[in-house]
Amino acid sequence: MRRLANAVVSLLVLLLGRGRRRPRGAERLVKEQPPNLAAELGVLALLGLSSLSALGFVLVYAFAEDIPAATQFLGLTLGLALILFAFALVVVGLKLVPTEELAEEYPPHEHPHEQQVIAELVEEAGSGITRRGFFKLGLLGAGGALSLAVLTPAVSFGPLFRVGDFLRTPWRKGKRLVDESGRPYKASDIQEDDFYLAFPEGVGSAGEEQMAASLVLVKLPVDQLRLPAQLKGYDAHGIVAYSRICTHAGCAIELYRAPLYQPDEPKPALVCPCHYSTFDPATGGTVTFGPAGRDLPMLPIYEDSSGYLRAKGNFDGPVGPSWWGVRMWKAQP
Amino acid sequence: MSKAPLTRRSVRWLDQRSASAPLLRKTLRYLFPDHWSFLLGEVALYCFVVLVLTGIYLTFFFVDSTKEVVYHGHYAPLYGQQMSEAYRSVVDLSLQTRAGLLIRQTHHWAANVFVAAIVLHLFRVFFTGGYRKPRELTYWLGVTMLMLVLLEAYLGYSLVDDLMSGMGLVIGYSVGLSIPFVGQNLMNWIFDGMFPGSARLWPRMYIAHVLIFPILIGLLLGAHLLLVALRHHTQFRRKKAQTERTIVGVPLWPGQTPRSVGLALGTAGFLFLLGGLVEINPIWLWGPYHTYASTNGAQPDWYLGWLIGGLRLVPSFDFTIGHYTVVPNPFWGGAAFPLVVFGFLYFWPWIERRLTGDDAFHNLLDRPRDAPARTAIGIGMITWIVLVFLAGGADRTFILFGISYTAQIWVYRVIVFVLPVVFGVAAWWICKELQASERVVRERHEAEAEARLAKLRG
Repeated sequence: MRRLANAVVSLLVLLLGRGRRRPRGAERLVKEQPPNLAAELGVLALLGLSSLSALGFVLVYAFAEDIPAATQFLGLTLGLALILFAFALVVVGLKLVPTEELAEEYPPHEHPHEQQVIAELVEEAGSGITRRGFFKLGLLGAGGALSLAVLTPAVSFGPLFRVGDFLRTPWRKGKRLVDESGRPYKASDIQEDDFYLAFPEGVGSAGEEQMAASLVLVKLPVDQLRLPAQLKGYDAHGIVAYSRICTHAGCAIELYRAPLYQPDEPKPALVCPCHYSTFDPATGGTVTFGPAGRDLPMLPIYEDSSGYLRAKGNFDGPVGPSWWGVRMWKAQP
Repeated sequence: MSKAPLTRRSVRWLDQRSASAPLLRKTLRYLFPDHWSFLLGEVALYCFVVLVLTGIYLTFFFVDSTKEVVYHGHYAPLYGQQMSEAYRSVVDLSLQTRAGLLIRQTHHWAANVFVAAIVLHLFRVFFTGGYRKPRELTYWLGVTMLMLVLLEAYLGYSLVDDLMSGMGLVIGYSVGLSIPFVGQNLMNWIFDGMFPGSARLWPRMYIAHVLIFPILIGLLLGAHLLLVALRHHTQFRRKKAQTERTIVGVPLWPGQTPRSVGLALGTAGFLFLLGGLVEINPIWLWGPYHTYASTNGAQPDWYLGWLIGGLRLVPSFDFTIGHYTVVPNPFWGGAAFPLVVFGFLYFWPWIERRLTGDDAFHNLLDRPRDAPARTAIGIGMITWIVLVFLAGGADRTFILFGISYTAQIWVYRVIVFVLPVVFGVAAWWICKELQASERVVRERHEAEAEARLAKLRG
């Protein structure tokens, strides 16, 4: 082993090493570092392994289609190539180059002379101007006006003041409630302890993305409904429809807690999985837990003579996350 | 005539053309005081480099459009589903492009490690008083970069348009909407209409993510490093020679160069290992986002956990006057909370100077025990943020340990105000005790030396 190492080193010295002569007597700038053959060999070995790993990456890439878990092997080979290279450099840093610590002065705290020169340059440049106050006013005024002008086109980014959209919904009196595939819901489709996603009929896939389009439908026993006076008659024989968008941060109400074991969680609840705002479907979407500050808007519905569910009007309040002044408004068609 | 060696010829060539030899010479002998904690900022820098390089690769595949398309790719569970072009391009990049998933996951991991490295670097600077005069400006640039990096990372997460990213985006939108008096108009302006915005939104977010924010961060980073170099690095007092006036360290060349380049390559290697071996954000499993869809158990990247916690902890209320909503709920957890944290970070150097009256130049760093009050306040702040962060994971705790979510939230609502004080006081006490024990050792040494001297004198 020792012989082999010697042979490799002699070969490398022959191939790469060229005699370097240092001018005699000249003082060194970098402290002399005693040679460390083991460390040099270690570095060469690490660099060799790094090269192999890097080439391995190229190979894995070339045959990626045939290799299961190609991503893992790609990461492994490239990562190892980099890390082995890094180790080689760390050995260089610790063993092969001098790591002496030097001392020097920190820069001075300040440069009073230069400060004064700069200040004088600034001041003297304007000494020929007599109406200083007006001059400053003029510069500030022009600068301000120009900034305003430059920023003005940014107003086109979006409708700053067209906020009526926040109140508009695609719901109209008589609109049928349909499911994701556009099939109209019948009252008989809605089962207790389950919950349903509904849209207004005929809005298309883009229309379904509107915040005010989607509904959550659940059915409660009629005797469990405790709707407040202003929401009386919003349900269709115990089927209640609420906006699917949480009034807190706009996520979709995707959880229905319909307790099968009453002592644990006594009441059914609609829950938003983002921050666990919890709404009571029996009392008109009032908040029972979590951060939402406003009830879930309720859509009045009825069952028509053919058994289909239809909207009776519009939501009892604006849909979606709240903004300043939100409670002053009503949902609009 | 023999030619001069290559090194000399290159240096000469460069100096003749750039007149930079004096500067280069100074740079090569720039001193780096030696301490492991001084490498945290470097790690952050190398993460940024990896992010830029992997990010450029990703731009060659990403499509910044929310146009609805139908998926007909290789991944069967999504086959035939409606999705945006943006989401489809990332699914294709992940599942049908060689090395695509490696680069994407490395990019995502690099973002996570980047923020972690910045935060640890900030802790180091805070607890050692590294921000004190004359380095306040460097510190303020750093805090600003942290804020930009959080926004940048959030934009990158949102761009993919999978279910999780859409949920994150609508939460951010709602927080913006909750800003009193201007939120609705501001969000209308940025999103070009009500959520989910117009077709212009995605190109906007994209250009912000790949151009505007990276350039801002890069410029601030350059200024940050320039200021560090001009004032030179701070140091701990580990040797007698290390004083407020004299810096002791390893010169850039030759001592520091292999270490720093090694650290850069090592960081990159670590990130590629993570990117290849540890799955992160498997977006094909989440599915495309629709406003009417969400999922339970969603957790954001770690650096947004404190904001989720903040949003979840606030009890149900909007600040209203009569029937007029002034401040909707998400403002408190999503906007006011981070504003307080960043406000604290920005104002702290100034507050400390007011409290201590210390206006001197500092090149020597404190150890945390040397400034018990600062350490106590820092620990209190960290406790506060970590508790809010943990509250953001209360649903995970519920699933893992079966502790009622509601009960946990109520406990957190109390302890986020109590424990920071307790931990802060504890930290202050520990600092004082450490100081006292050092004093004991020092006095004993002095007494022993004196005794020896007395004995010698007979």
